[in-house]
Order: sequence, then C-alpha cells, then structure tokens
Amino acid sequence: MRIGILMLVHTAFDRAAQVAQYWAAAGCPVVIHVDEKVPDHAFSRFQSALSEVAQVSFCDRHACEWGMWGIVAATQSAAEQMLSQHDDVTHVYLMSGSCLPLRPVSDLKDYLAARPETDFIESATTADVPWTVGGLSAERFTLRFPFSWKKHRLLFDGYVRWQRRLGLRRRFPIGLKPHMGSQWWCLTRKTLSAVLTDPDRPAIDRYFKRVWIPDESYFQTLVRRHSKEIESRSLTLSKFDHQGRPHIFYEDHLSLLRRSDCFVARKIWPQAEGLYQAFLGARAETADHAQPNPGKIDRVFSHAMERRLRGRAGLYMQSRFPYRQGQTGVTAAPYAVFQGFSDFYEGFEPWLTQVSDRVVHGHLFASDRVEYAGRHSITQGTMSDNVRIRDYDPESFLTNLLWNSRDARHCFQFSPRDEQPIAQLMAYDVNAQISVIAGAWALRLCRSDLDFKLLRKEAARLQKREAAFLSLLRSPWVKARVRIWSMADFIEAPQENLRSCLTDLGVSGTPDLPDQTSLDGFGHFLQDLKNHGMHPYVMGDFPVEGEALSREVSPSLGKPYIVQ
Amino acid sequence: MIDRARLVQPRLSWPARYLLRLKRKYLLWRARKAAKQLTVLKDCTAAINASSLLCFATMRNERQRLPYYLEHYRRLGITQFLIVDNDSDDGTREYLLDQPDVSLWTTDAPYRSSRFGVDWLTGLQHRYGRGIWCLTADADEILIYPEWQGRDLHALTAWLDEQGQRAFGAMMLDMYPKGSLGGQPQANAITPFDTLRWFDADTYTWDYKKRYGQISIRGGPRKRVFFQDEPDHAPHLHKTPLVRWARGDVYVSSTHTLLPRYLNAVFDARLECPTGVLLHTKFLDEIIAKSEEEKVRRQHFTYVERYERYYDEIIAAPDLWCDASQRYANAQQLEQLGLMRRGAWP
Repeated sequence: MRIGILMLVHTAFDRAAQVAQYWAAAGCPVVIHVDEKVPDHAFSRFQSALSEVAQVSFCDRHACEWGMWGIVAATQSAAEQMLSQHDDVTHVYLMSGSCLPLRPVSDLKDYLAARPETDFIESATTADVPWTVGGLSAERFTLRFPFSWKKHRLLFDGYVRWQRRLGLRRRFPIGLKPHMGSQWWCLTRKTLSAVLTDPDRPAIDRYFKRVWIPDESYFQTLVRRHSKEIESRSLTLSKFDHQGRPHIFYEDHLSLLRRSDCFVARKIWPQAEGLYQAFLGARAETADHAQPNPGKIDRVFSHAMERRLRGRAGLYMQSRFPYRQGQTGVTAAPYAVFQGFSDFYEGFEPWLTQVSDRVVHGHLFASDRVEYAGRHSITQGTMSDNVRIRDYDPESFLTNLLWNSRDARHCFQFSPRDEQPIAQLMAYDVNAQISVIAGAWALRLCRSDLDFKLLRKEAARLQKREAAFLSLLRSPWVKARVRIWSMADFIEAPQENLRSCLTDLGVSGTPDLPDQTSLDGFGHFLQDLKNHGMHPYVMGDFPVEGEALSREVSPSLGKPYIVQ
Repeated sequence: MIDRARLVQPRLSWPARYLLRLKRKYLLWRARKAAKQLTVLKDCTAAINASSLLCFATMRNERQRLPYYLEHYRRLGITQFLIVDNDSDDGTREYLLDQPDVSLWTTDAPYRSSRFGVDWLTGLQHRYGRGIWCLTADADEILIYPEWQGRDLHALTAWLDEQGQRAFGAMMLDMYPKGSLGGQPQANAITPFDTLRWFDADTYTWDYKKRYGQISIRGGPRKRVFFQDEPDHAPHLHKTPLVRWARGDVYVSSTHTLLPRYLNAVFDARLECPTGVLLHTKFLDEIIAKSEEEKVRRQHFTYVERYERYYDEIIAAPDLWCDASQRYANAQQLEQLGLMRRGAWP
C-alpha cells in the first residue's frame, strides 16, 4: 500500500515545497508539475529547494490555462511519470500546490487500504445532474472551445454564439458518456493506467482538447469505462461559492477545517501560517478512522450564503443595496398602527401602554416632532426625533426604528394630520396591523375654537388625506392586516371592536377601557360643515342631535366599560 | 469587473458618458499641474514592486494620530506610505522623515485649491501606483473589514483580484467620546479608540446617484447633531479607499467618488464583494483647536459658508454621546449591525 501524489503547481512555491516535503517524509512519492508559464528563475529556485528530497521529482511542463486542455496534459504527464518510476504505488492522489493535508498520512493510508479497489472521483452525468455552477453545462461537450475565456473573452463568447446559431454540434466519442465532477481525485493504479493506456486515447484526447474545462470531465468520463468500483466523491474538501469560484481558507477557518475530518483541503491562503503550522507541524499521531465529513463545513457556508443572498428582513443598511424591498420582508418585526383611536379615546396612548406589553409611541409621523414612546429625543440606534431627518427618508426611518429594537413590539398612532408618505410602505408590509376609525380626526376640530372658515378648510384637507389612505388600504395588493370602521360603525359596539384590536396585540383578560371623548355637539358640527358645502362622509352618518347617539354613548360617558 | 459593474449600473447616455470622460481628463490635467507644487523630502519609491501595497495621504499637523495610523496600516500589510505634508508645524514632518517606509513630499500650496489634496495624490498615484493596490486614507481614517485581524490587505486584495474586482468600498463611521468634545486628553502612543469608543449604530440612509453609479450614504452623529435641519448637507460617508490603480483613474471628490464610473459600484450587493468601515477619529480632543484654525483658514469643504455654523458648533464642544450610542467592540459587531459585509469572501 503506497500512495503517490501528483501536485499541480503554478504559484506559492514555498508552500508547495513545504507540502511536498510533508508527503515525502511520510513515504509518499511526489511528482510535481509546474506550469510552463512560470519564469525559469522561480522554477529553478523551487526545484533546488526540493533537490534534497529523493521522493520528489518533476515532470514535463505544459502551459496551463484555466478551462483549457493544458491542465489535463499536465496531469497525464505527471501520472505517467508516477506509474513508470514508482512500481509500488497502489493509489494516486491528484492535488494542487495550494492544497493542505488535514489529517496524518497514516489515516489516509488506512482509509485507502480498507478500500483497495475503490476509485474516489466525483463523476456525475451532465444529463441528470446540474453539477455546474453558472455557465455552460452540456454545451461544454457539444461545442468547440479553442479560445481562452480569460484572455479572449469576446472571441470566446462570439464563437459560442456563432456555433449555437449555426447549430454546430460535436459527436461524443463512441462508447463514452459525458460525466463531470471535481478536478481532484484519488484513483487506483489499475484504473489510472487503464485510462492512460486506453487504445482509443489519441481520438479521445483529440476530442477533449476542444472541450470546455476538460480537467473536470476527462478523467471523470474515462473512469466510467475502466473502473470497477467508483465512489463518486472527492476526498479533497473543496468549496465553491454559488458563482463557481473556489473558497479560500484563512487562518480563522482552523477549527472549521479540523472538524471537517477531510483528508485534504483546497485552497489555502499561502500566508495562513497558522493553518500550515497546525496541520503540517508535529502533532500527536492518533489512529482516527473518522469518515470525512465535509457536510459540517457545508452547513456553515450555506448558512452564511443564505443570509448574504436573502439578507435579514427589515435591515436596509447599505450592505443590502440595491434590495430596498428585501426578498424576505419589508420590516423586521410586527407592529400595530392606530388611526383615530387617540382622537376617539381620551388618553389612549398611556392606556395602551398600561394594558399591553408593547412599546407604544405617539404620532411617529407628526409634523412637528417624532413622538417616541416616553417622548425621548433620541431613541435606540441613536435615532433622533428631528422631523427633517425623518422626512428625508421616511421609509428608512420606520424600517430602522423597527430593526433597531426588533425584540420589542411597537405600536404607534397615525392620523391624517401626520406626514403621509409612509402609508404606502405600511400598506404593503405583512408585519403591519392597521386599525382605523375613519373620521375620528373631526372630533378634535369639533372642540377647537378656531375660526369656522379655517376649520372647514382643515376638515376638507384631512378628509381628502384620509380618503386617500383608506383607498390605499382597500386596494387588492395590500399585505397589511387592516381593520377599518367608520366612526358611526365603531360606536355601535366600541367594546367588541377595541377588543378585537387588543386580541391581535396579544392582550388577554378584561382591562378597563379608556374614556371616550365626548360626542356632544358633534352631529351639529358635521351638519354645519355640510351647510357650508363641505360634506364629511368618511365618518358615516350622524344625526344632528340623535337619539341613537345618546343611547349608545351618553349613559356611559366618563365610566369605564368592562369588556367581557 | 467592468462587465459585472456594467451589469449592475444603470447606463448613461453617450453625452453624459462623454462629459464624465472630459471631466476625468480635466482632473488628470490638474493632477499633472499640481505635481509641480510638490518638493520631495524623502524618496524610497525604488522599493515599490508589483506586490507592494501603497498607502497615500495628505497630512497637516497630524503628529498625534500618526503612531497609531502607521502601526495599524503596517499591521495590515502596507509596504510603503506616500505622504504629502501640507505645511505642518507640529513635528509631523520630522516624525515622518524618521520612518523607514515613508516617502515624503511637502508643499505649502493651499489645500483647497488642490481639491483638498486630491490633485497632489492623484499625481503620485499616477506615477507610482499603476497596477498596484493603492490605499488612500487620511490620518483620521482607520480601515477595518471583516476578519481584518487575521487576514491582512494582501489576502483581501488577492481575493479581489481573483474576482476581477479592482476597487473596495468602505463606509466612514464617526467615532466619538463620552462627554463633551475635547474633554478627554489623549496620550500619544495609545489607540485613539480608548476614548473614541462610541458610534451611532443606525440612522444611516442611502440613495443612488445615477451619474456616478454609486450609492451615497449619510447619517451618524454629524447628521444627528450638526445637520439635523439640513440633512441634505450632511457629510457623505461612502468611500472607495482601496483601488488597484490603473492609468487614467482619478478620484473626483475626496475618496468618495472615482472615475471611470464603474469603479464606484463597490457597495452593490449583487457584486458580492466585502465592504469595510473607516473608523473616523476626527473627534479626538484636538478637534476644538483644529476647528478654530480651519474656520479661519477656510480650506475645507467646497461650500465654505455652509460650514461656518458647523465649526462654531464643534468649537462649542458639544457632547455627541447619548444613551442610545453603541460601544465599539470589534469587527464582528459592525458586521452584525450591517455596517460592513463579508460578501462572498469566505
């Protein structure tokens, strides 16, 4: 039982030399391929650094271009040299210079000795599995790719388009089925030499020279012809992000890599001294037969990726740009909006604070100041009560407020007197629960001693605003939970109506209700408005001095209701 | 990266693009002209090679901040500082001349007419920075990013290179003390964040500027205290301090904006790039004296009149701290708050 290491190196030679020495010291012969594009002085320095090590040799150099045939040619040369020079090698492991062994070589030896006939190579058919991340999949095999994607992007794209338009297709060599998988494998001597001495190899090589990214398909396809026992996974831990680029592991990933139990990881940041020391330095040899478990790492990474792609609901920092309306929700936490309640009830805000565990704000969008709960001038997240700052971007004002204290449940008052631009966001927010007593704003006007002309004008303005808000709330696309009563409807059964709002807030039990504002003279006031040509309609019908009104409201004025 | 930035940035009409090109050429011309104002005091630029990481800055009387500034950026892997000293008289120049990795130029030309030092730096970047990652950070800007303690700027820039990204964005975070400004004397050698350990966690708003294809971020204590009645004039907080410089690149206003335009797409979440935070140590105890001087010199800001009141308010030594201020702990905290992000960087 002997493992041979093929190492493809094009950069970070110090680290590659360090790893090669590690394998050699453990009795594994190493054949190194160095990219032909590496300048001679760097190559000779690398060579001389390893000249003392008998187990290490260098093979013919090929120019390696990402996605092109050179990488396969390099692997072939290295493999041929390995098989011809080391007769006792039973398994061949392909890795890159930036790979790092995570477990003692003896572990790997034991592992392979227990599975002497198994080829570890990820190999999935293109027809069934969406293996690739972005980019071309089946077309890798049916089109021709003579141009480098990195150097001649325009030619590459243009040639692909041209072939597609003309419907050009290549025939796959007979007897083979295209498979793809990770570039890094560990094959038995038998399988590898069968692949390299395949009688059809000239034809197959010719075909794969024009395939896109052949290093992910050449061996993966050919082992299907020659291997008796394929375990379709790579022993090398190699993570790709969702755009198909390899993850780099840094020093802070140490504990993560330890937990993975994989044999080899790629790719490692060359300056991550801590990782190289931890895994190549002296360590207690423990007989460890744990199965490699890349799933542990997968979970950590996919969790991070998920969060990155979907964001956190209600957080609109610049890190989420340009997703103003996040894919996960508009705001961070549920909140309740009350319109008209603070006009209809005396002291509604302190009462609500008392009976519920909510943070109850006043009119957050009042035109003179932001009425935070407790009337603080600066609240959590250093949000100021300045209206100019709020009105500069009301939507981020509200989302920030809810995000900053997302553990608390918020309620706030709203009214046609307040700044309205926020209405849209609330209406389309599933977290919002909006309760409206339409027309309650008129109560305050009724008690005002302003000049009637001004009152009439103000009433017209507020009614227009409320009507706009109501029609927004009634549109079919609204996501908020909306309750609308006209004032006339509400006073039919104020206990039940208010209680239904409270149940939504999670208030149970039978709290005392707040005092209602006196309705004396309200019908008269509305009639006055009508007489002056301004018909108030949002509040419903009120008799001038109606019996209905006195029946419902008058006897209980000033007395708390008991909700059953 | 050009491709990806173009995908995410709205296109401009060709006249608008051409105007930007003219602007870029004009700024380059200015930089060439401004280079003549500089006198070299110390030149170790011969040591620069392709794997260098350069740090550019214009400084005036920053002796107090320098030790921490240099130490921090050396730790991040900066190989050479290229600094323009604008007529300092507090020992900044002498201190810098003693440093082995600082190339120093000096000038007594007015700061304002060189576009707040940008012209001088553009000239140097054009000359020494081409093809190299260049950091441009004032003495009061300390750059951090996710995992900065374990991964230096070489790790970050190597990853950005691999992604084909050649600019890196960071948001300025104003750090302030508890108590009135100037009330906490600062010893020289220690970190400024012993006193400046508070910041505003939220209140940041952003909007998209189509012309330069960037987002502009505003907020923080300066907007909360000094600009609450005119949030439109509050200082911008987005910056692009780290760029793999190419021939023809130019900073338009401070390090907020760059040309060519595609370099400004750094905050776009679709590009999946990490972003950092520039911890802003403006509110050290010397701020009062400096503001008094700046008010007289009128060398800062494009619209001088607007900022008279701002200087007066600073000189009155207000307390920026409030109950809701957040205490600075570490980079993870800022990441958690959404002030910087990791992007696809593992």
